[in-house]
Amino acid sequence: MSRTIASASSPESAAGQADDVIRIVDLIRVYQMGEVEVRALDGVSLTIAPGEFVAVMGPSGSGKSTFMNIVGCLDRPTSGKYYLDGIDVSELDRDERAEIRNGKIGFVFQAFNLLARTSALENVELPLIYSADGLRARERAAKARHCLDVVGLSGREDHMPSQLSGGQQQRVAIARALINDPKLMLADEPTGNLDSRTSEEVMAVFQALNERGKTVVLITHEQDISEYARRVVQFRDGKLVEDRVVTNRRNALMRG
Amino acid sequence: MLKFLTILKVGMKAIARNKLRSTLTALGIIIGVACVIAMIAVGGGAQAAVQAQISSLGTNFLMIFPGAATQSGARIFTGQSTITDDDVTAVRQECPSVAYVSPMSRTSAQVVSGNLNWGTSIQGVGVDWPFVRSWNVEKGSFFDDSEVRSTAKVCILGATVATSLFGDQNAVGQMVRIKNFPFKVIGVLEAKGGSTMGQDQDDTVIAPYTAVMKLLKRSSKIDMFMASATSRNTVDQAQAEIEALLRQRHRLQQGQDSDFMIRSQQEIAQTADQTSKQMSALLAAIASISLLVGGIGIMNIMLVSVTERTREIGIRMAIGAKGRDILTQFLIEALSLSIAGGAIGIALGIATSRFLAWKQQWPIVLAPEAVLLAFGFSAAIGIFFGFYPARKASRLDPIDALRYE
Repeated sequence: MSRTIASASSPESAAGQADDVIRIVDLIRVYQMGEVEVRALDGVSLTIAPGEFVAVMGPSGSGKSTFMNIVGCLDRPTSGKYYLDGIDVSELDRDERAEIRNGKIGFVFQAFNLLARTSALENVELPLIYSADGLRARERAAKARHCLDVVGLSGREDHMPSQLSGGQQQRVAIARALINDPKLMLADEPTGNLDSRTSEEVMAVFQALNERGKTVVLITHEQDISEYARRVVQFRDGKLVEDRVVTNRRNALMRG
Repeated sequence: MLKFLTILKVGMKAIARNKLRSTLTALGIIIGVACVIAMIAVGGGAQAAVQAQISSLGTNFLMIFPGAATQSGARIFTGQSTITDDDVTAVRQECPSVAYVSPMSRTSAQVVSGNLNWGTSIQGVGVDWPFVRSWNVEKGSFFDDSEVRSTAKVCILGATVATSLFGDQNAVGQMVRIKNFPFKVIGVLEAKGGSTMGQDQDDTVIAPYTAVMKLLKRSSKIDMFMASATSRNTVDQAQAEIEALLRQRHRLQQGQDSDFMIRSQQEIAQTADQTSKQMSALLAAIASISLLVGGIGIMNIMLVSVTERTREIGIRMAIGAKGRDILTQFLIEALSLSIAGGAIGIALGIATSRFLAWKQQWPIVLAPEAVLLAFGFSAAIGIFFGFYPARKASRLDPIDALRYE
């Protein structure tokens, strides 16, 4: 049904650190706005190793959204190379990128983006529907239950999103992102719609996942949220202007 | 396959979630399919009724009219029949493929019995008439050769006339007056029902053609005559024999138009059949328009649904749905609506035609092919009208779709 992702792995990846989760080389993304060319990303290079927790920061218009779309395989660079888990994904077509998104990336969005009038369990199962391996309904439900348990929401399987608080909805979204055991958790302003206490609750989940070895990339414009990460990269005008290790890292407390 | 089943379930859930809207959308198809089914049933019934009536006339039946088809205008002016009694006798004796012949002299008159009277058509015929028309006498008897030769004032009543004049009483042996001539009723015909053109065939009186010609019409010429071929297969042959014989008797040169016209029952049947077929095709065509409107309704709702659910589509794509997964999902939704609508429509259509058959006494014939066709057609409408919205959904850009409010 689909070409296996592993076979698409290019020999070039062996040139660098073969086990890097993300290796980006001289990434350029140009938008054509009528007559004007806008260079949203202007030669970005970045490597992220397994187990890292990176916060991507920058003011609006800095190119961090474009960066996140390309890293999330929703968009393609104009030029430059992007290796995700050793695979050159900058050349893949629509369907191949959908497969990559399904198998290797776990998305968490600012607006939660759960399906309304669909139970938490079914929302978490959703990526499995589009997976090539084709699990049975029973197996899907078991996996989804496990992921809800990981984010501390067991017992809420049958709740609809409207019956859950914002923090709980975002944790359902995280469980959904986890279901295919992705190489990369990609969170786009995951606390943007939450108050500070709930934000901490959500960040605690990310930190816990990172402790267990998950690679997390977090897009945010909030300084204090970025301090939950281990490493912060700063964008300005389409360029990467700062790349530093977080010295006094914040630790979120897991609450009920 | 498993993936397809799961997407099927997703589509079904989306339909179930919007019950009122789904019902209203399907209603367009339900009404369309029900109309088509009912119209096909009514049309098919009419066609079958026409067929039955035509075959009741006898399939090896020929009618020979005076005057050429090309001179029908002139025929009205002269009022003179070119066919004589002798022609009829000659046909009976000399055409081997002709089994029976009967002259025909027609008029209409009031038939009076006591203080009741009834206006009807009087058909003067020969003794072979019951065999030509394959129409039997139910009570009493038909007249014989001697009664024809002696211009006997006897008659056989059609079932409608008998009932109108004599009610439940036995008409046989009674006297009736036709144009002031007393006629003795010697028989009653079996009931035959309406004819192709909707007339009541039983509303008639049969008498010897000699009596009708001389007494009622005061004419020495017959109007036409009827003949029946020896079998269904010899109809064409009989027609050719009659044509050759009459041309010879009328001394027509080669290339000259005939001064008579032969119509076979098959021709009449074909014409009538064609007419009723055209009629049912027209009915079905009109009904199909409502089906088309139903299809457009599905397309409309699917387009609204795709716009409304742009964000959902974006989410599904972001987490790994491919274009064809989205296409499949929306096609399934459109297809389920139209198939469900089609199934309900078929049930409703059958119920409607049954109701018409019961209430209006209309003959109903519903071929299983028609039902299958309607079902296939509604599925095709689902695919046809669902495809554009589904493709539109599948081509959305996930980034834009996720940003859609």
